[in-house]
Amino acid sequence: MTATISPLSEVTRSDAALRTFLHGLPGVDRVGADARAAGLGTRSIKTTAKAWAIDLAIRMVDLTTLEGSDTPGKVRALCAKARQPDPGDPACPSVAAICVYPSMVPTAAEALRGSGIHLASVATAFPSGQAPLKVKLDDTRAAVAAGADEIDMVISRGAFLSGRYLEVFEEITAIKEACGKAHLKVILETGELVTYDNVRRASWLAMLAGGDFIKTSTGKVAPAATLPVTLIMLEAVRDFLDTTGRKVGVKPAGGIRTTKDAIKYLVMVNEIAGDGWLDPDWFRFGASTLLNDLLMQRTKLATGHYSGPDYFTLD
Amino acid sequence: MSAFEYAPAPESRSIVKLQPSYGLFIDGEFTDGAGSFKTISPASEEVLAEIAEASTADVDRAVKAARRAYTDVWGSMPGRERAKYLFRIARIIAERSRELAVLESLNNGKPIKESRDVDVPLAAAHFFYYAGWADKLPYAGFGADPRPLGVAGQVIPWNFPLLMLAWKIAPALAAGNTVVLKPAETTPLTALLFAEICQQADLPPGVVNIVTGAGETGAALVNHPDVDKVAFTGSTEVGRIIARAVAGTNKKVTLELGGKAANIVFDDAAIDQAVEGIVNGIFFNQGHVCCAGSRLLVQESVADQLLESLKRRMATLRVGDPLDKNTDVGAINSAEQLSRIKALAEIGSAEGAERWSPACELPERGFWFAPTIFTGVSQAHRIAREEIFGPVLSVLTFRTPGEAIEKANNTPYGLSAGIWSEKGSRILAVADQLRAGVVWANTFNKFDPTSPFGGYKESGYGREGGRHGLEAYLAG
Repeated sequence: MTATISPLSEVTRSDAALRTFLHGLPGVDRVGADARAAGLGTRSIKTTAKAWAIDLAIRMVDLTTLEGSDTPGKVRALCAKARQPDPGDPACPSVAAICVYPSMVPTAAEALRGSGIHLASVATAFPSGQAPLKVKLDDTRAAVAAGADEIDMVISRGAFLSGRYLEVFEEITAIKEACGKAHLKVILETGELVTYDNVRRASWLAMLAGGDFIKTSTGKVAPAATLPVTLIMLEAVRDFLDTTGRKVGVKPAGGIRTTKDAIKYLVMVNEIAGDGWLDPDWFRFGASTLLNDLLMQRTKLATGHYSGPDYFTLD
Repeated sequence: MSAFEYAPAPESRSIVKLQPSYGLFIDGEFTDGAGSFKTISPASEEVLAEIAEASTADVDRAVKAARRAYTDVWGSMPGRERAKYLFRIARIIAERSRELAVLESLNNGKPIKESRDVDVPLAAAHFFYYAGWADKLPYAGFGADPRPLGVAGQVIPWNFPLLMLAWKIAPALAAGNTVVLKPAETTPLTALLFAEICQQADLPPGVVNIVTGAGETGAALVNHPDVDKVAFTGSTEVGRIIARAVAGTNKKVTLELGGKAANIVFDDAAIDQAVEGIVNGIFFNQGHVCCAGSRLLVQESVADQLLESLKRRMATLRVGDPLDKNTDVGAINSAEQLSRIKALAEIGSAEGAERWSPACELPERGFWFAPTIFTGVSQAHRIAREEIFGPVLSVLTFRTPGEAIEKANNTPYGLSAGIWSEKGSRILAVADQLRAGVVWANTFNKFDPTSPFGGYKESGYGREGGRHGLEAYLAG
C-alpha cells in the first residue's frame, strides 16, 4: 500500500510540508458547491432506476446503534434485522454492516456469524476523540480482537483546528496499524470542521494517512452528513485516486432518513466520483431509521401501494 | 454506460392544451391575421400549431389599439392601480408555471428543468418586481413626476421567449406605457399563452398586444410612425438595421444584442466550482444565451488540470428529450440555427483548433448539437471572435492578469464576463477593468429582476432590469 502513495510521501515529512500541501489544494467555493449539490438533488429517479437504487442503498447501509442505553438484547435484534431486513421478502438484500460500540462487539460478532455482514465498531474515544493516544489504540485493538473487521475512528478535531496536522496524521497512521486487517473508516466530524476548505483538507489528510474510508460524522454533532459535504469528499476520493492510484471509500452518516435523501446521495456518487463507487465496498450510509423507509419504498414499488409502518420491524 | 441508468422521467404534456391554430392578440381579443405559419417542436420537428402572421395592416391595428388604451385608460391610471394588474399577472404566471414551463420546453427545445427552475420563476419575479415600482416612480431618480412614453414596440428573441417578454412588458406597463410585442417566429406559443393570462387578469384591452410573424412583421412594428419607443433583443445584425430605421425619428430605443463573453479562470480559483461555472456559462440553454461564457480564458499554469476536469464533467451532461426532468442539454432551436453552429464549428476545425465532444447519442429527429469545446484557440480564430450562439466553447489561455484583461476586452462585444478566483482583491481589480455590462465573480449566468443588464459596444445600449430598466420607458 505504501508504495502506491509514494507520489505524495514527501508531503508528510514535516508539519510545514503537510501544511503547505493541504493549504495548496484548490479552494472550495461554498455557494458553488451548495448549488451543485442542490442541482444534483433535482434528478428524478423513477421506476426501474429507483428499484435498482433502493436495493443498492439497502446493501450500503451500516445499520447503527450508538447509544448509552445499548444492551446485548438490542444489538442482537439489530443483527437479526441486518440479516433479513424484510422478513416478508427473502429477495430483499441484507445490509453492509452493523455498527456498534466496542463493548457490544462480542455480542454482534456472535449474532452475525456466517452472515457475511461486516461488523464495524466505533473506537478512539468516540465521539469526541478527547483521550490520550494510548487509550485510543487500546480501544481499537480491543474492538478488533473481539471480532470487528471495520473500525470507525474519529480524528482529533482540536488538533486539526489548531493546525497540528502532522499530529492528526500520525494518530491516524498509528490507529491504522492497530487495526491490522480491519478496514479503517476515518470520521472527520465535518459539523465541527465547519468550512468546506477544512473538509477537503481533512479528507486528504485522512487518505494520506492510510484511511480506507472517509466518513462525515459521528451522528452526535449537528449538522451531521449533508449533500455538499459529501460532494466535497467524493471529489477528494476521485482526485486522490487520480493522483495516487489508491481508491478510498466514502460514508456519510447521520441525518439521512429517507429514501429520497439516499437516492440523492447515490446520484451524487454516480455523477461526481463515478460508478466505480456505486458499491458497498466503496460507499456506505451510516444510518438507522433510513432502512425502514427504504423497505417501505421498496414494497411500494413492487406492490403499487403503501403499507403502514407497522408492517416493518422496529428494533 | 453507467451501472446507474436513469429511467426516463418525462414531464407530462397533458397540462398544456394546445389549440390547432392561434390568432393575433389585438385589443384584448384573438383575431385572424393576414397569413399563417407553422410552429414546431425543435426536439421532434412535430408541428405544434398554426400561427397567424401579422401584416403591416395587422400591426397598424395593434398599434392603434395600444394608442387608444394608452390615451383612454392606462397612461392616466394611477400607479397603484396599474400595480394591481401587474401583481395579478405575476401571480397567475406563478400559478400556471408548470403549464408555461412545459409549453416553453416544447416550443423552444430547452430542458424542462431550466424552464421550470429558471425561465418561468424569473418571469414571474420580473412582474412582481416592477409591480412594486408602479406607484413609486417619482422616487426612481428620473425626476419628480416622470411620465410614460406612450406606445412601445417590442421585438424579442427565441432563446428565452417568456422571460424576454417579461423583461420587456413588465417595466413598460409599470411605467404606464402600452405595448405591441412581437415574439420570435420560432417560439410564439408562451407569448400567446401570456395573452390569455392578460385576459384572465382583466387587463384593459389594448394595453398588451401580441403580433406574431417573422422579420417583416418586426420591421412593420419598428417602423410604425405611432410607436414612441422601440425595444429589441436579438442579433447585432438586426440591431443595426433597427438603429438605422429609427435614426432621425423621435423614437427612443434600447438594444440588447450579441456577446462573446470571456470567462476568466485564474490559477487560484476553486477549480471544481469553476468547472461548474464554465459548464453553466456555455451549455445552459444550449448556449443560446447572448451573455454566454463562450470564450474560456484559463491561466496556463492550471489549464491542463482544468480541461481534464471540464471534459470529465461534460461526459456527465445528459443531452436529449427537453421534457425529461433529467435532461441537461436540450435541442437547438431551429434548423437554421443548427446549420449556423455547424458552419462555425467547421471553421474552427479548419482554422486548426482542436475539437472535442463527449461521446453522446443524439436523437435522430429534431435539431441537435453535442456539447463541444475547442482547445488551442487563439484570438485570431473566427470562433474566438464571432458569436456562435450554441453549445460550443472556445478555450484560450493567458499568463498574467494583464493579458487576461487585454484578451477579454479585445472583442467588439461587451455584454458579460466572468472571473474565477479565491482572491477577493484580484476579482475587484479585474472586474474594474473589464469592459462588459455584467461581470460575474465565482458564478455565471445569474439573473435577478433587481439587477440591471445590458452591454458595452456592439452588445447594445440601454439597460433592462432593476431601477435602471425603468429609464427606458420614462420621460423625465
